[in-house]
Amino acid sequence: MEVKTGEKRTIRIFNPFFISGFLLVFIYLVLKFGIHPPIPSSLIAMYMGIIIFAIILYISSSESIFQEFLHPINLFLTLDRLKVPRTVIGIFIPLILGFWSYQMALPKYEPPAGLRTIHPAPPDEISVKDEKIVLSKANNPFRGDEVEKYKKEGWEIYFSRCMPCHGDNLNGNGHWAKRINPIPINFRDPGTIAMMPESFIFWRVAKGGMGLPDEGAPWDSAMPVWEHDLSAEEIWKVVLFIYEETGFQPKKWQ
Amino acid sequence: MVDYVTIWGISSRDISWVFAQLHLNLAAFVIAVPTFALIVEIIGFKTGDERYDNLAKDFARLITISLSLTSILGAIFLFVIIVLYPKFFSYFSQIFGGTMVFYAMLFFGEFIAAYLYYYGWDRLKNKKLLHIFIGFFLNSFGIAIMFVANAWVTFMMMPSGVKETGELYSLWEAINNPGWWPLNVHRLIANLAFGGAIVAAYAASNFLSAENEKEREYYDWMGYVGNFIAVSALIPLPFAGYWFGLEIYKYDQQMGITLMGGVLSWLWILQAIIIGVIFLGINYYLWIGMERIEGAERYRKYVPALLLVMTICFIIWFTPHSLVASLEEARKIGATLHPILSVLGIMTAKNTVVNIMILSTFLSFIIYRRSGKIPITSWARLGNFIFFSIIAVVAGYIIFLGIRGYFVETTVRINYSMYQVLAVLFVFIVCTPLDVAIYRKSNVIGSIKWGHMPPRSQYMLIVIAVSFTWLMGLMGFARSSSRLNWHVYKIMEDTSHSAFVPSLGYAAKIVSLITIIFFIMIGVIFFLTKMLEHRQEEKFKFIKE
Repeated sequence: MEVKTGEKRTIRIFNPFFISGFLLVFIYLVLKFGIHPPIPSSLIAMYMGIIIFAIILYISSSESIFQEFLHPINLFLTLDRLKVPRTVIGIFIPLILGFWSYQMALPKYEPPAGLRTIHPAPPDEISVKDEKIVLSKANNPFRGDEVEKYKKEGWEIYFSRCMPCHGDNLNGNGHWAKRINPIPINFRDPGTIAMMPESFIFWRVAKGGMGLPDEGAPWDSAMPVWEHDLSAEEIWKVVLFIYEETGFQPKKWQ
Repeated sequence: MVDYVTIWGISSRDISWVFAQLHLNLAAFVIAVPTFALIVEIIGFKTGDERYDNLAKDFARLITISLSLTSILGAIFLFVIIVLYPKFFSYFSQIFGGTMVFYAMLFFGEFIAAYLYYYGWDRLKNKKLLHIFIGFFLNSFGIAIMFVANAWVTFMMMPSGVKETGELYSLWEAINNPGWWPLNVHRLIANLAFGGAIVAAYAASNFLSAENEKEREYYDWMGYVGNFIAVSALIPLPFAGYWFGLEIYKYDQQMGITLMGGVLSWLWILQAIIIGVIFLGINYYLWIGMERIEGAERYRKYVPALLLVMTICFIIWFTPHSLVASLEEARKIGATLHPILSVLGIMTAKNTVVNIMILSTFLSFIIYRRSGKIPITSWARLGNFIFFSIIAVVAGYIIFLGIRGYFVETTVRINYSMYQVLAVLFVFIVCTPLDVAIYRKSNVIGSIKWGHMPPRSQYMLIVIAVSFTWLMGLMGFARSSSRLNWHVYKIMEDTSHSAFVPSLGYAAKIVSLITIIFFIMIGVIFFLTKMLEHRQEEKFKFIKE
C-alpha cells in the first residue's frame, strides 16, 4: 500500500519509520497501562530507552532499511507542499520540550524515590537479651526430630504477633497491611525468605525496622523490634514456622 | 607519624581512586596487547601469511608508548599512596616489602623485553622463533607483574597469613589468599577483552580518518580482529567472575551480601545495562558487517529474531528486584517488590538470560561466518539439522533450569547456574568444529569486501571500547567498596573522613571522569603511534589476494 505525495515521490505505509513509531507507542502503552500493578515510571523509562536503542540498531544495521527509514524524514524536510506542517512541527517540538523541562523543574511535594536495599548485609554478631549470636554461624536450634512440635509453637506465636501484618496466608496481606508503607513482606514470594539464611530472618525479627543499617532505610519500616517481647527461642520457632509453612528451604551460609 | 594527609583540601580517596584506576586501565591494555600480538605473530609464522605478521607488529607498536605511560602513572599512584596514606603504606610495606622489590625488577624485565620485541621485529625477521621467544618473555613479565599486584589488592579484601592484630606470620599465605587466583584468572581474561576492544577502537579511529581505500580495508580488518578477540574473551568472563564472587562469599558472607544484595546491589543493574550495550553492540557490528559480504542477504531474515531475543534478555537482565518508585507508585504497587517484575529480579532469571544472550551472539557469529558460503559437503543438511537441534535443545534446557530454579532450594539453584554455563560451553565445543566440518567443502559465493563498512559501524566499536572502560571502573569501585570502612578488611580500619562508601551517583561521576581522562590518554598514544608509523606497502598485500 502506498500513499502518493506528489512529485513522483511515495512513502510506503509499512515504512520502517512508521512501523518503529507504531511499535514504540504500542509498547509504551502496554507498559504504562497493560500491567497491573503499574510499573514505576523510572523502570518504564529504562525499558523504553533499551527498546529505542534496539530499534535504532535494527534500522541502521542494513543500509537499505536505513535509507527507507530516512525517506519520509527527507521528504518531510524537503517537500514544498509540506511547508506548513513542517513549520507547525518546528514550533511545536521546542514548545513540548520547554513544557516538559518546566514540569521537571517544578518543585514537588512528594518525597524523592529512593534506592532502598531490601536485603542489607547483616552485622557479624548481634546481642539478644544479653546473648551474643554470631549470625554466620547461628543455626536454628529447633531443626531436628521434633520440627512439627516446634512448628506448631511457632504457629501460635506467628498468629498472635505477626499475622495482623503478614497475613494468615503469610503473603504479606494482613488486615493492617494496607495501612503500612511499604507493606509487610510476602513470605511466599520466592525472592524473599527463600533467598536468605535463617539467621538473617532471625536478625530481622529480633531487631526490627529500627535495627536496619542506613542502606535499608530504618526510617522506612514498620517492623517492630521483637526482642523486647519475644525470647530468642520464640523468635527461632517463628522463623522455623515461616519456612516450614511456605515450603522454602533456608539458604545455607556458604 | 600522621595517619592521613590531605593536599589542597581535595579528597585523598578521590585522588588515589583516579590514579589507581587510570594506572589499572593502561596496565590492562599493556598486558593484553602483547598477548594477542604474540598469538597473531604465531598464526602468521605458522601459516606464512604476512598480513598477520604486519597486524601483530601494529599491535606491538602500541606497546612501547603505553608501557611508558603506564609506569609513569604507576609511579604517581605510588607517591599518592605514600604521601596521602603514610600509616597504611607503612603497614603494607611491612607485609609486602619483599614483593615490592620483586615487582620493580619484573617491571625492569618487561621494559627490556618490550623494546626488544618491538624494535627487534625487522632485525629478527629471519629468526622468527627467537622473536617469538622474546614475545613469550614479554608476556610472562607482564602477567607476573599483574599477579603480584593482584596479591596486594586481594589481601586488602581477604587478608590471610596475618594474625588478628595484623602481624604477618606467612608471606606466602598473604599472597595466596582466597581471592588471588580467581582475580588472576578474571583479570587475565578481562584484560584480553578490554585490550581487544581498545585495539578495535584504535582501528576504528584510523578507519574513520583513512585517506585511501587500502587503509580503510586494512583498518576494517584490524577492527574486526580486535572485536573478535574482545568477544571471545568476554564470553568466558562471567564464569571467572562467579568464581571470584564465590570465594568472597566463602571468605566472608557479610562481604558477599554487601556486594551482591546489600548497599552495592544496585551497581549490578548498571553493570547489566553496560554489558547489555556491549552485547548488542557486538551483534550490531556483525550484522552490519554482513552487508559487505555477498550472499549474506540469505541470513538477514534471522536478524530481527536475534535482536528480539537479545532485547528481551537484556530487559530481564536489568530489571531490578526492588524498584525505584515514588511514594504514589509504591502505594499503587502495594509493596516494594512488584509481584510480576520482582520475579525477573532474582538470579535464576538473570543467569538464564545471560546464557541465552551468549548463545544468540554465538548464532550471530555463525551466520556471519556462513554468509558468503554454500556448503557442498554431502552430509551438510544432516549436519545443519544436528547443529541447530543441539542449539535448540541447549536453549530449552537453559530455560527449563531457569524456570525450575524458582521451585527448588537455594543450594540446588546455585548448581543450576553451573549446569547452564556448562551447557553453553558444550555448544561452543561441539558446534564450532561441527560448523567448520560442514563448511570445509563449500562454494564461495561472495568474499568479504573489507573497507566497505559505514562509519556508524566504527562508532559502535568506539562505543564498545568506552563501555568496557566504564565497566572496568565500575567493577573496580565495587571490589574496593566491598571492604567498606577498612583498608585491610577487619585488620586495619580506615579512620579518615572518607571512610564511607560513596553513593552510586558519585561513583558514576568519578568513573566517567576516569573514562574521559583515559580516552584522552589513549588518543595521545594513538597519535604518537601514528607519528612513529612508517607504513610499508607490504602491509596491504593481502588485499590484492
